[in-house]
Amino acid sequence: MMSTLDPVLMSRILTAVTLFVHIVLATIGVGIPVMLALAEWRGIRTGDKHYILLARRWARGFVITVAVGVVTGTAIGLQLSLLWPTFMKVAGRAIALPLFMETFAFFVEAIFLGIYLYTWDRFKNKYTHLLLLIPVAIGSSASAVFITSLNAFMNQPQGFELVDGVFTNVNPFLAMFNPATPSKVAHVLASAYTTSAAVLASIAAFSLLRRKDHPYFKKALKLCVISTFVFAMTTILIGDFSGKFLAKFQPEKLAAMEWHFDTMTEAPLIYGGVLDENNDIKYALKIPYALSILAGNRPNTEVIGLNEFPEEERPPLMIHYFFDLKVTNGVLLVLIPLMFMLRKRLPGKKPYPTWLLIGIFALGPSAMVAIWLGWFLAEVGRQPWIVRGYMKVAEAATTSPNVGWMLLLFILLYIVLAVSAVKVLSRLFRSKSAEEEIAQLGWDPEGGRGQ
Amino acid sequence: MSYGLTAITVLWTFLFGYLIIASIDFGAGFFSFYSVVTGHENKIHNIIQRYLSPVWEVTNVFLIFFVVGLVGFFPDAAYYYGTALLVPGSLATVLLALRGAYYAYSTYGHHKGHNRLYMGVYGATGLLIPAALSTILAISEGGIIHMDEGKVGISWVNFFMNPYTWSVIVLALVSVLYISAMFLCYYADRAKDRAAFQVVRGYALLWSGPTIAASLLAFFQINRQNPEHFQNMLNMAWMFIASFLCFAAAIYLVYRQKRLGLSFMLVILQFGFAWYGYGRSHLPYILYDQISIYESITSETMAVAMISAFVLGLLVLIPSLVLLLWLFLFNANYVRGQSR
Repeated sequence: MMSTLDPVLMSRILTAVTLFVHIVLATIGVGIPVMLALAEWRGIRTGDKHYILLARRWARGFVITVAVGVVTGTAIGLQLSLLWPTFMKVAGRAIALPLFMETFAFFVEAIFLGIYLYTWDRFKNKYTHLLLLIPVAIGSSASAVFITSLNAFMNQPQGFELVDGVFTNVNPFLAMFNPATPSKVAHVLASAYTTSAAVLASIAAFSLLRRKDHPYFKKALKLCVISTFVFAMTTILIGDFSGKFLAKFQPEKLAAMEWHFDTMTEAPLIYGGVLDENNDIKYALKIPYALSILAGNRPNTEVIGLNEFPEEERPPLMIHYFFDLKVTNGVLLVLIPLMFMLRKRLPGKKPYPTWLLIGIFALGPSAMVAIWLGWFLAEVGRQPWIVRGYMKVAEAATTSPNVGWMLLLFILLYIVLAVSAVKVLSRLFRSKSAEEEIAQLGWDPEGGRGQ
Repeated sequence: MSYGLTAITVLWTFLFGYLIIASIDFGAGFFSFYSVVTGHENKIHNIIQRYLSPVWEVTNVFLIFFVVGLVGFFPDAAYYYGTALLVPGSLATVLLALRGAYYAYSTYGHHKGHNRLYMGVYGATGLLIPAALSTILAISEGGIIHMDEGKVGISWVNFFMNPYTWSVIVLALVSVLYISAMFLCYYADRAKDRAAFQVVRGYALLWSGPTIAASLLAFFQINRQNPEHFQNMLNMAWMFIASFLCFAAAIYLVYRQKRLGLSFMLVILQFGFAWYGYGRSHLPYILYDQISIYESITSETMAVAMISAFVLGLLVLIPSLVLLLWLFLFNANYVRGQSR
């Protein structure tokens, strides 16, 4: 029964499920080293040991997420060849370089993270230990850069000639630095930093909501929320570049995202709504000129509509909802931190009002959902192509009849991993509270400036 | 040297690196579990943990490096193996995933004592993964992957009924335990931990006999499976003889309990000679009779870019690995547990 299911569909679902799990861990893997460095650096510079403890406690949980991230990353690395052998055979000739370099970046990250975790008290100069985070952060960000450039190639392929179904005359650098690479890479990095800061802000807000008012948590909250604000602002700015990129290079994706059917100037932006069978939009919020401004900064920019493309090459129209929800989450990630920064001027005059803490607690999940939506948008929006304009997804998948069973196997694996990781992480943080650890280390509750 | 030969040498070397460090890791996982079950844990568990904790992540990267390199340099080989190996490859991936995750849970999670489930998963996968991965060597001898109406197919009957398949699996299992025990001898000796040393020395001597027996078995099974390959191996018989001499010298040193660093070097040489002898005699085929190193290399610009990336990558990688080893393997205070 399982073996008669369409291997193409099964391969798509299995790849999607693996990436769905991996992207959570990969995002954290890129962003947390930066937050660790920020906390440890602040701790060393101000002599406030609370920040050092913060970095230590984060690192303890981080290593669990890295471990699970390594294994899901290994899974996707092997699945690329197992599920998409034809894609790898043909496109492998053009994309081998970034894939190969990604493993080097991964090597560097793995080596220095191992050293960082085991040398907290080993060096006389406190900055030596902090410096070990630089290769970790560079390694994790560089692997994101390389792997994203590969994905950008699939969206905006260039740097080769297609002769009889074979990529020839490959220029690996043109392929890697295609027009989609800069905006995609920048957006991925900035959103990973935002999400990591937001997840850590959620943890701090959670502790404060449980009526823990130790200064340690307040410092953690402030550091994370302000970082979230800065990174989220950057992400939104880069997102705007991505919109302009799409308008120019991948107009069918932008048009499907916006339910923009007729080519026109002064195009409105559609928010929400539903489509009826004639593709008429109902119940939507229309913002005049906004799409033209998004696409080209001027209200009279011409935006190409979906009707210009043959029906079988149009992306699915549901990506509109992914886009709207993603942007909504992005706006919340700026607004809630902004309210935190202005909290002393808010009515009520309570420094940490419960509603604000609940809002901050929601930042982590909301950022993570935005990451998922963004990837759904990018990947579903590329359908029906695997290499846009050159190879369709259906031609690339494995012909093996057993993909259905493997899908079942991996879903089971990911459920086991997710449940056990959550269990281990929550036990890790509950086993010894930060206050207990501070008391045990004999530090004064204020964190102690200097020694 | 042609690009194809350069590329396969690089990849083969990384696979050799994986063979050594993964064997230490896989075997240590099994011994660690075994020591918890039999109540010897206090003797050797700590020393294993102290070595593995900082390096386990690096092990995985070696494997990914090989797979990615194979795809990059030989896309056709990746196509054949990728299509044929969906099921075994997925199973190996699942085992690797469970192993990595449960290692982290048992090491970094908070437990009173040892969690037997985590340790059990870790110990069992330590033997199952090498068994699963080693079968690819059997498949590469040919006769198992075939083309069927333009589709890649795999003959499981040929695979499972083949004595060579089983001899490779046996060889993988025993050599993992042997390599690991030989390394732990060296590490325990450096740590001046006599109790642990006596335990792992017992393991090393115990597994040395089966290792050499399994090697001989696999050697002669190749003759039945692929006489041409076997003939090539006989033509470079000196490499296999050198391998045996290294084995004998390594075991002698462990038996006399002296110069254990040299002894482990000899173990590396023993497997090095056998590994490169086997690999060299397998050439020019990557998959016997179907994929050779000449036909499937990527375009020349890509090959040059890949090899340049590889050289630049090594310039970063080697000093980093040296730093890691220097901090955790050759630092006497760390090894003895006097500093963290």
